[in-house]
Amino acid sequence: MPALPLDEAGKYVAAAYIVFLALILIYVAIMAVRLARIQQDIRELAEIVEDREAGAPAREPHALPEEHARS
Amino acid sequence: MLGRGLKSFSIASTLLVVAALGLTFFYAPLDADQGFIQKIFYLHVPLAIVALGGFVTGGIHGIKFLRSGDRRQDLRSYVAIHMSLIFGVGALLTGSIWARAAWGHWWLWDEPTLVSFLVVFLLYACYQPLRFSIEDPERQARYAAVFAVTAGAFVPLNFLAVRMAESLVHPRTLSSTDNLPGPMALTFLVAVIAMIVLFTTLVKYELAAKSTRMQLGRLKRRLSGEAPSAPLTTRRSAAPQNL
Repeated sequence: MPALPLDEAGKYVAAAYIVFLALILIYVAIMAVRLARIQQDIRELAEIVEDREAGAPAREPHALPEEHARS
Repeated sequence: MLGRGLKSFSIASTLLVVAALGLTFFYAPLDADQGFIQKIFYLHVPLAIVALGGFVTGGIHGIKFLRSGDRRQDLRSYVAIHMSLIFGVGALLTGSIWARAAWGHWWLWDEPTLVSFLVVFLLYACYQPLRFSIEDPERQARYAAVFAVTAGAFVPLNFLAVRMAESLVHPRTLSSTDNLPGPMALTFLVAVIAMIVLFTTLVKYELAAKSTRMQLGRLKRRLSGEAPSAPLTTRRSAAPQNL
């Protein structure tokens, strides 16, 4: 087959490079979703730690007499 | 650490991909036979080479896993094959576009190079379903490693078989680079290196993301009083869930 003229060949070359770019962009988008999920996990972990820290003094031995007094 | 050197690899892959594109469009001369359409060569061939190399790398990590039982090797094998499949899709699509422009057909079934690459790609397309079908993580990792080793050995054999076959239209790249003029050979070399570095960077990204998620999962389970070795999710997954 003879070589395609530049205006015709340009479309195919552009299509090939756009396919490559699209693959990379789709991958980056998937990684962004995963990053969001990791951020969500970190938020959940921070909440667990905050809840523990907020609840910890109540479980200390010196906090018990009040509970004993009520019982 | 699984994602070590990520920053340097990211910078290197950006610079190399930009250099490869610059050389392709502003330095490499037009091919006397195919003209401008031959510019796809600098994208399609490196994609195919790196995809096949990644499949073999997956097999090597599979061997390491079977020898040591180290779950990080299973993760590396999984990520290498996963990424090679993406690069394989790129190689198939760009090859098909090139074939349409150069030969007038999107696909030629009597062309050994094309069909053999498709066979390898379809073989590896079974890897994820295989992993997904096995619930027990130990068995999943072991069976996947055996698959990766067997299929990884098939890649060079397939490559040699195709080399020995008579081909009418598909050019031979690695045995005929002497025919490439200096600027074309240099551009091709830079494009291959750029693709290898890009592949390595993406593999490192994937490994870092998966390892971070596993660490977070372990931390979450520890804080909520569950066993750290419990599975990351209750959903079945093709990806390794714990190291």
